[in-house]
Amino acid sequence: MIEIKDLYKSFGKNQVLKGVDLTIPRGQITAVLGPNGSGKTTVLKSILGLVVPDQGMITYQGHPLDKSGNYRHQIGYLPQIARFPDNLRVRELFDMIQDLRSEKSDISSLVENFKLQPFMRQRLRNLSGGTRQKVNTILTFMFDCELYILDEPTAGLDPVAMIKLKELITNRQEQGSTFLLTTHIMSLVEELADHIIFLLDGRIHYHGPLQDLKSLHGEANLERAIARILESNGDGSTKSKSPTHA
Amino acid sequence: MLKILKYSFFDLSRSYWSYCYLLFFLITTTVLLYLSQDPFKVMVSLLNIVLILTPLIGIMLGTMYFYNSREFAELLLAQPIKRTSVFLGQYLGLSLSLTLSFLLGMGLPFLFFGVFGSDHTLDFLMLIAVGVLLTLVFTALAFVVASRFENKLKGFGLAILVWLSLAVLYDGLMLILMLVFESYPLEKAVLAAVLFNPIDLSRILIMLRLDISALLGFTGAVFNAFLGTTQGMLVAFLALLLWVTSPVFGFLHVIRGKDF
Repeated sequence: MIEIKDLYKSFGKNQVLKGVDLTIPRGQITAVLGPNGSGKTTVLKSILGLVVPDQGMITYQGHPLDKSGNYRHQIGYLPQIARFPDNLRVRELFDMIQDLRSEKSDISSLVENFKLQPFMRQRLRNLSGGTRQKVNTILTFMFDCELYILDEPTAGLDPVAMIKLKELITNRQEQGSTFLLTTHIMSLVEELADHIIFLLDGRIHYHGPLQDLKSLHGEANLERAIARILESNGDGSTKSKSPTHA
Repeated sequence: MLKILKYSFFDLSRSYWSYCYLLFFLITTTVLLYLSQDPFKVMVSLLNIVLILTPLIGIMLGTMYFYNSREFAELLLAQPIKRTSVFLGQYLGLSLSLTLSFLLGMGLPFLFFGVFGSDHTLDFLMLIAVGVLLTLVFTALAFVVASRFENKLKGFGLAILVWLSLAVLYDGLMLILMLVFESYPLEKAVLAAVLFNPIDLSRILIMLRLDISALLGFTGAVFNAFLGTTQGMLVAFLALLLWVTSPVFGFLHVIRGKDF
């Protein structure tokens, strides 16, 4: 569905991506993992056109990303930090995004799921962090999209909301949507993800099915497998597996 | 773009700043009109407030607005909307909101005082036009500064510096240059130099209209002598329009290559 070829990006002197090649398979949940500063968010933002790559090519459905941004009709994006205009009310924000996309959406079930009814008339500046994240989640899922890009989707969510979010993700996947997400919560990855992309220092260290990653390192637990990769990379004694394409 | 404009304007119309700005002009204009009873004199008094304050408010609120809406812009950019439309919409929304505060704040008191239909209608309209143009110029300059500098402190510092240079330092520098090179014919150089300062241009535009030669100053006198009143006003007006469009193109250019 998405193909990235030879992607390079630096912010000032900091070279964040050093030649990323990958393919995101359709209809699956792909988790982008890696330590802080490994370039996860930069990869996601490059696909969205928020970050302008220095070099490389990204194609969506076989077409290069176009500047008009029309392909984003097919994408729902959940950013890491959720901030909105202070003076808008929650209801107005939902109406606004529908208006901007010129698409109608029935959000009542989403609002009910995330228990947001009491906040619909409140101004966005008065909301707590967790409630903002719920608003953010509804904004992402209010349209039926081919692709959802979730950057740390569980940050600030309470356990009930987290369960609702997981249900939402599996439901949409069953309807054929593709997911690309980053998270530091390994249990979430194990529960949801089909594919893993492991980024380390701006390069792809592993790209393939979740199960293969575990068996490759002889660990039943993903967290330990990841720790193994980091350890072996740290002392440099073990040769890392070359990127494989799904 | 129009939708972004609508929502930016809507958001700002609920902001505390817009009302402060409106109230300031409303109170100042009303008090001045009440005290002097002569709309012409009030216009001359307001002239300096307009020349100094609209650029300052434009550039400060512009910078603040750009930085504050950073994360929200990110959300908008993830929607199927063109990058340039998002920021052009925000720029126009902010300019419209500031312009409206200025128009209402200055316009309403004069309206009640009955300036329209009097001899000073055109003078008043010129003052308003200059205020609006300066708002557009300095909001655009704010967007250039804020889009170029990620660091807010640097951005605000530079914004203040831009305003200070154009509003205060520029005149001082011109004066020093004129003193140093007084034995040379400076008229053409000064004429050219004026075109590079939107605040000077606005001042001359109004002075030519109000025909107050005592306040015209050297630059204004040169302008008048070389171009005559009508032609001088036309040149100044066109130069001001250029001052609006070039920073707008400038920030749109920066935006195209910017990472969010």
